[in-house]
Amino acid sequence: MNALQMLYPIQRHGIRAFSSINRLSAGLGAEPVGLIAGVIVVIYVLAAVLAPLVAPHNPGATDLAVRLAPPSRAHWFGTDALGRDVLSRTVFGARVSILVGVLTVGIAAVVGTVLGMLGAYFRGGLDMIGARLVELLQAFPYLIFAVAMMAFLGPGFWNLIWALALKGWIEFYRLARGETLSQASEEYVEAARAMGYPSSWILLSEILPNIMNTVAVVAMLRLGFFMVLEASLSFLGVGIPPSIPAWGSMINDGRHVLFIAWWVSTIPGLALLVLVLAINLLGERVREILDPRWKTA
Amino acid sequence: MQLVRILRRVLFAIPVALGVAVLAFFSLHLLPGDPVQIMLGDTNTSVAQIQAMQRQLHLDQPLHVQLALFFGQLARGNLGASIVQQRPVSAMIAETLPATIELTAATLVVAIVIAVPLGLVSAIRPGSWIDRTVLSTSLLGASMPAFWFGLLLILFLAVDARALPTSGRIDSTIGLQPVTGFMVVDSLLAQNWGALLSVLRHLIMPALTLGVVFAAVLVRTIRSSMLDAMRRQYITTARAKGVSETVVIVKHALRNALIPAVTVAGLQVGELLGGNMIVETVFAWPGVGRLVVNSIFAKDYVVVQAAVMLYAITYVAANLVVDVAYAALDPQMELG
Repeated sequence: MNALQMLYPIQRHGIRAFSSINRLSAGLGAEPVGLIAGVIVVIYVLAAVLAPLVAPHNPGATDLAVRLAPPSRAHWFGTDALGRDVLSRTVFGARVSILVGVLTVGIAAVVGTVLGMLGAYFRGGLDMIGARLVELLQAFPYLIFAVAMMAFLGPGFWNLIWALALKGWIEFYRLARGETLSQASEEYVEAARAMGYPSSWILLSEILPNIMNTVAVVAMLRLGFFMVLEASLSFLGVGIPPSIPAWGSMINDGRHVLFIAWWVSTIPGLALLVLVLAINLLGERVREILDPRWKTA
Repeated sequence: MQLVRILRRVLFAIPVALGVAVLAFFSLHLLPGDPVQIMLGDTNTSVAQIQAMQRQLHLDQPLHVQLALFFGQLARGNLGASIVQQRPVSAMIAETLPATIELTAATLVVAIVIAVPLGLVSAIRPGSWIDRTVLSTSLLGASMPAFWFGLLLILFLAVDARALPTSGRIDSTIGLQPVTGFMVVDSLLAQNWGALLSVLRHLIMPALTLGVVFAAVLVRTIRSSMLDAMRRQYITTARAKGVSETVVIVKHALRNALIPAVTVAGLQVGELLGGNMIVETVFAWPGVGRLVVNSIFAKDYVVVQAAVMLYAITYVAANLVVDVAYAALDPQMELG
C-alpha cells in the first residue's frame, strides 16, 4: 500500500452490498407478489432438501397392483404406469430441477462474468477469442445445441449441466463485458488506477461489486429458463437418466397414458410451472428494486 | 456507406457458418468411444462391416484429411448418408423441412395474432387492469414449458371434444399429391378443400402450443415499443393537428412500434425452430426436429450432425436477413 492508498482507503463497496441487501428485504416484504413468490420458492427448496422426509412413499417403489390409480387418500396425486406414487416422485423431481438450474446458472455466471470482465479490462487477444466464441455459439438455437450436445455426450446429470452451461455463459459474458467497459471509464476506477492499485484489485474490489447486482438479477431471470430447458431435454429422453425422478421424464411417461390417467403428466408439469413462475416473478421484483431503470409504468 | 455496412455484415456471417461446420464435423468425435462401434451397436458385426463403415465415414483417414473430405462433400451439397436408412441425409432433410417450415410459419402467425392486439391494448392504457392482466398473463405464458402446454391442449381440445387431431399433418384417408411439400399450398394448388380443412385442423394444436408461449414474449416487446412510440413528439404533433385518436394509435404509433417488434420476432425464429423440435415430438409432426430426435435414438449420428448444422446455418441466415432488413429500414442503426 502506498501513501496515497493509505490516505484515501476505498471502502465504499462494503456499504453498497449492505444497502442492496437491506433494500431487497424491505422491497420484497413490502409487496404481496414478491413475498408470495419468495415463500413458494422457499417451500420448493425445503421440499427438495427434505424430500426423503416429506415424500409419503419411496419414489422408486413400484407396485403393479395399483398402477395408474387415480388420486386417492393413499396416493394424493395418483400413481403412474408402474404404480409409483406421483406425489413422491414430484417431490424428488424438485431436486433435479433445482440442482441443475442452480449449478448451470452458477457455472455460467461465474465463467461468463470472469471472462467478460477480463476481456473488457485487458482487451487484446482474450477479448477477440471471447467475441468469436460468442458468435459461434450464438449461431445455434439453444434447444438444438443442448439436444445435439446430449446426443453426442449421452444422458447424465453432469453431461446435462455442461451441455447447458457451455452456451449459457455467453449471456453473462456479454453483460459483464459491457458493464465493465462502462465502469472502467468511470472516475473512481481512474482514481484507483492513478493511485497505483493493481488491476486484480481494481477488478475484484472496485468493478465487481458495482456489476454484481446486474449479474445477480440476470442469473435469477435465467434460472427458470434453464429449469424449463432441463425438463425439455428430459422429456425428449436425452437429459436426466430414467432412473432418477425428473419432472421432464415424468411428463413424458404420462404422455402415453394421457387419456386414461391425466395426473401422471399434469402434476409434474404444474409443479414445474409454479416454480418457474415464482422464480420469474421474484426475479422481476428483484430487478425493479435493485435497478430503478426497470420500474414498470 | 449503407451498402458497405451491409456487405460487412454479410462477410461476418461467413466465418461463423464455417465455424458451425467445423463444430459439426468434430461432434462425431465427441462420442464416448469409437463412433462406428457405437453406431453399429454391439450386435454381431463383422470386422469387414466395421471397416466398410469406417471407410464410408472416412474415419480410416487422418483427421485433417477427414476435415478436407467433409468440406469437399459439403461444397457439393452432400451431407453424408444415413447409417440406418442407407440413403442421403440431404434427401431425408428435404422431405421433412417443408413440414417444419409450415409449422414455424403457422406458429408465428398465431403468436402475432395474439400478441399485436394485446400489446396494443395494454400500451394504450398503461397501469390499467387490462394492462396488468396482460402483463401477468404474459409472465405466466413465458414461464410455461411448451411441451407440457401441448399436452394440456390435447387433454382439453382432443380428448373431451374429440374435435382436433393430435398427430400427423393430414388425415391418412386423404390422398394429396405433394408438389411443394407445404401441405397448405399443395391443397390450395389442387383446389382440394377437404384436404385443406384437414391440414388446417392438424396445424391448430401444434401451432397454438408454441405460438401462445412465443406470444407471451412478443407481447411485452410490442407493449414497450408502443409505449416508447406514444411518447414521441410526432404523436403530440398529430394529436395537436386534431387527428383522431384511433388514427394516431394505428397509423402513427403502431407502424413505428412494429419495427422493433418485427426485429425481435425475426431474431427469435431460430429459437422457434428449436422449440418446434419438442412440439414435433409431442404431435408426431413429421419435421426435421422429429427426424433429429428419432435419429438420436437410432444412433444415426450422421443425420443428427447434418440436421443440427443446417439448423444453425438457417439461424445465422435468418439473423442476417433481419439485421440487413433493419439496416435498410433504419439508416441510423449500427451494424456488427
